[in-house]
Amino acid sequence: MTAVRDDTAGRTAFIEARDCGKSYGQVVALQGVTTEVVAGEVTCVLGDNGAGKSTFIKILSGVHQHDRGELLVDGVPTRFTGPREALAAGIATVHQDLAMVPLMPIWRNFFLGSELTKGRGPLRRLDVSAMRATTRAELLRMGIDLRDVDQPVGTLSGGERQSVAIARAVYLGARVLILDEPTAALGVKQAGVVLRYVAKARDRGLGVVFITHNPHHAYPVGDRFMLLKRGESLGEYAKADIALDELTRLMAGGSELEELSHELGRR
Amino acid sequence: MATATIPVTGPDRIDVPRAPLRVRVLRRPEVGALVAAVVVFVFFSVVTDAFLTPAGVATWLESAALFGIMAVAVSLLMIGGEFDLSTGVMVGSTGLITGVLATAFGVDIWVGMVISLMVALAVGFGNGMMVMRTGLPSFIVTLGAFFILQGLNLAVTKAVTNQVAVQGFSAVPGFWDARWLFGSSMSIGSATIQVSVLWWLLFTATATWVLLRTRVGNWIFAVGGDARSARQTGVPVLATKIGLFMTTALAGWLVGMLSLFRTTTVQASTGVGVEFIYIICAVVGGCLLTGGFGSAVGGALGALIYGMTYQGIVFAGWDNNWLKAFLGAMLLAAVVVNMYVRKRAETAGAAETKQTTPQVGPPDPEEAGPAVGRGGEEG
Repeated sequence: MTAVRDDTAGRTAFIEARDCGKSYGQVVALQGVTTEVVAGEVTCVLGDNGAGKSTFIKILSGVHQHDRGELLVDGVPTRFTGPREALAAGIATVHQDLAMVPLMPIWRNFFLGSELTKGRGPLRRLDVSAMRATTRAELLRMGIDLRDVDQPVGTLSGGERQSVAIARAVYLGARVLILDEPTAALGVKQAGVVLRYVAKARDRGLGVVFITHNPHHAYPVGDRFMLLKRGESLGEYAKADIALDELTRLMAGGSELEELSHELGRR
Repeated sequence: MATATIPVTGPDRIDVPRAPLRVRVLRRPEVGALVAAVVVFVFFSVVTDAFLTPAGVATWLESAALFGIMAVAVSLLMIGGEFDLSTGVMVGSTGLITGVLATAFGVDIWVGMVISLMVALAVGFGNGMMVMRTGLPSFIVTLGAFFILQGLNLAVTKAVTNQVAVQGFSAVPGFWDARWLFGSSMSIGSATIQVSVLWWLLFTATATWVLLRTRVGNWIFAVGGDARSARQTGVPVLATKIGLFMTTALAGWLVGMLSLFRTTTVQASTGVGVEFIYIICAVVGGCLLTGGFGSAVGGALGALIYGMTYQGIVFAGWDNNWLKAFLGAMLLAAVVVNMYVRKRAETAGAAETKQTTPQVGPPDPEEAGPAVGRGGEEG
């Protein structure tokens, strides 16, 4: 349960959560979350279904407000009033459903809510050629070569869609990238591709929050790991302080998993 | 031009390939309606003598215009994922308000028009607010609005004027001053084109512009296609949807004024039952009932088909009841054809990409440059 606070000089913490929590009426969805999101580092949030991961994302992305503890953005206590405000602060979220509209073309999805325009007043209009070109360029930068940016997003595969969503968030000037279970629905190979994008975003100086229930996905890219269980934080670990085995064991509920494997092994 | 916004090192112009023309045409929602409109046009041109005469064209154009303005507004609303049953009676309500205020209370005709506009926008706002705040289907909410307006139209008109229609509107002072805006016509050759046709074209062009070339248009597609995703990306869902309901109400007011000044009278029962025709026009025009797909031009084409058929049947001297049967068949055919075309368009586009997409390759963090170069080489 040792919280990591190695304040080396030169690290900029974009976001710091101090004992953050949230209740829905009587139900405590999240409590005691303390972690930070640092430029060029990946903060992994691990937890099983119902552990409070979604609630944590919603607080970070401004969908809900925390009702205990503190959330510091650039060192200033902050309470977002909505997703737009979080976006303005450079916090972009790639949701599990990817926040894409299947029937709309890729380039329209890429710029949804942040459309480029040209002209003034009543002649203010979408800069279609710039948006199409930028979409293509940004996807290529991530190593994704989709020939036809006019095709509906619904025609893409899961991995392609995920990549488009990440490229979009990176392009839209995110300093902090929150990835909600980006590898959950993917096969091994596709998950590997997505993990490379995560590393790429990190290397471009973004602070990444990587939400997952899979320690095998989290460990290779993560710099710090925060574990959630039934709405409570089990503590935060730096990569140096924890091995994959231990992480997996903690994740799976430790003794519960041992009992299970014991029980299953007898047959 | 746009290169400044492309944060790419390397070639200045990024090559953005387009799908083959065939696929791009298939992807347009209004393709089906365009083909159907041509078929109907040719059919009645051949079958009847009056259809292609200048007077004939003017007749079916006017018929299409009054339905078209509403069909375009209803299309926008449908793309935005909502539904409005109070559109038809709104035409009656606005006409009655202006008419009754002017004839029975001596209110200035311009003031009367502004008041009916305000009422229409308020009803639209109310519809949108109710739908968004309660989460009830817009079908139910606007069905309620439909009955309320229908009842008020009859009851209030009767109570105030002791009649069920506005009489003597053309005798109102200021009528001839205001008539040019909504009731005038112009001669082109030997045809007399009503001003409503111009309004229809203007409304369709504006709606198309907004839908395809503005941020709001992007938002309309998004809120209809997936409201949750739209909200997550920061699209103002509430404002967009309420705006759509108010636009529909605005169109209702416009058509109300056009009919009032054209015929100088309004029946208290005006517009009842017409709301479904608007919806049929929108669906025939390629709008998905579930939202997120469609076009303003499609709605206008749907109305054109309706107008041509309506007058074509008259010109041919057939029983008018055939129109209803035709409409029903047209609706079913449109839904099936559109569904098929859309599926074809999607799979065709997808196959195209998969075939030509080179291997994503090892996207090492350091290899962002080569990836761009690779795209440039092939394009």
